[in-house]
Amino acid sequence: MSDRADVLTARDAGLVGCRDCTRAWPVTTEICPCCGSALVSRDSGSLQRVWAWWLVALICYVPANIYPMLRTSTLGSVSQDTIVGGAITLAEHGSYSVAAIILLASVVIPTLKFLAIAYLAISVARPASTRPRTQHLLYEMVEYIGRWSMIDVFVVAILSALVHLGSIASVEPGPASLTFALTVVFTMISAQSFDSRLIWDQLEDEKDDTLAP
Amino acid sequence: MVRQNDVSITAADDLGALVVCPSCDALYRMPKVAPGEDAICHRCHRVLAAPRRRAGMQIISLAAASLVFLVATLFFPFLKISAAGLHNATSVLDVVLAFTNRELALLVLFTAGCILAIPALRMGLLLYVLVPLVFDHPPRPGARAAFRLSERLKPWSMAEIFALGCAVALIKVKDLAQVEFGPAFWMFAGLVFLVLQVQRNLCSRSVWDALEQVPDRDIPAPLREHRT
Repeated sequence: MSDRADVLTARDAGLVGCRDCTRAWPVTTEICPCCGSALVSRDSGSLQRVWAWWLVALICYVPANIYPMLRTSTLGSVSQDTIVGGAITLAEHGSYSVAAIILLASVVIPTLKFLAIAYLAISVARPASTRPRTQHLLYEMVEYIGRWSMIDVFVVAILSALVHLGSIASVEPGPASLTFALTVVFTMISAQSFDSRLIWDQLEDEKDDTLAP
Repeated sequence: MVRQNDVSITAADDLGALVVCPSCDALYRMPKVAPGEDAICHRCHRVLAAPRRRAGMQIISLAAASLVFLVATLFFPFLKISAAGLHNATSVLDVVLAFTNRELALLVLFTAGCILAIPALRMGLLLYVLVPLVFDHPPRPGARAAFRLSERLKPWSMAEIFALGCAVALIKVKDLAQVEFGPAFWMFAGLVFLVLQVQRNLCSRSVWDALEQVPDRDIPAPLREHRT
């Protein structure tokens, strides 16, 4: 993609761009005179923060899968469902589409998100293959879709508030609801810490290499 | 559309006429963008500016309406459940309070924050910033900080996710009991729609341009000289 290699960046022009108000300032400016946010041309601590939040999220994801998400008592019998167990129960009752939504939101999306963030952070640190378009698309998907994982936590909240029918049926949240919510929050922060400008810097590094004698 | 960026940009250029893509750092001369058009980054396709006709007035009315819906949603029954002669009606407030009786209080705060407090805060902040601008008054003190906060809270406003969660919850209990929507559910659906409409009309670069017309006391004087 030769047309993208000759794109002038703010850093090349000796400027720094504000990520809040999109204005350009001389590279020495520290606080954006327009909106007051801190300016950095490239966030050098970005990857460290990405990995830190990523690790915390992964630690929270373990109990989120082991402990029950929901404790349902119906007519004296108590059943506890983990995330995967809940989806299986739904599928057994014939609600395949809902089971699919839950599996997608609580298992597939978080897992892919962990992998995607790790892939981005590793590939940016060691620019071997430069495919910024694909990588940027991946990053946007992680940012956009990641928050939808909260759906399972909200389902637990709704059910435990709604289903209070004395001895007939009642639902209580399990410990996994908290750890799963934390997993989603921490992966969101991890993805937000990632400086997506690093993806595009790979192109310029490559350009510099080819220009070098 | 920003087609090609102009490589002849020099430091002597008027900095206010430039725009930097926040996602990929590409530098452009800000094109004339007519209302209804989008300026899109040439290489990463991020929307840089998307002004809409009479957007200010529309956002103000939508945000005010969504706040009314939000307050109403709190108190009316949201979902009603009945099984074997027993009934229970739940308001959003009950959903939030469902976690209070145990150590999961953190989850309460989080759920309440994402579905009520943050959407409400964002709409309130937008009103605070935009009402003076639309009616040609000087911005309120701290308007810039308020707008920045509102933009950063965007991913944490999860009303639409909660709405889908309601649908899933309904299907989960349909074997157990009959469930029906209360009036607050429809108000909440309205709220989700209004918040999405606000998002569609809001062009943050246009708001920053409007805020920049007026000096702000928040910014230390030495920094102002960069402004051209």
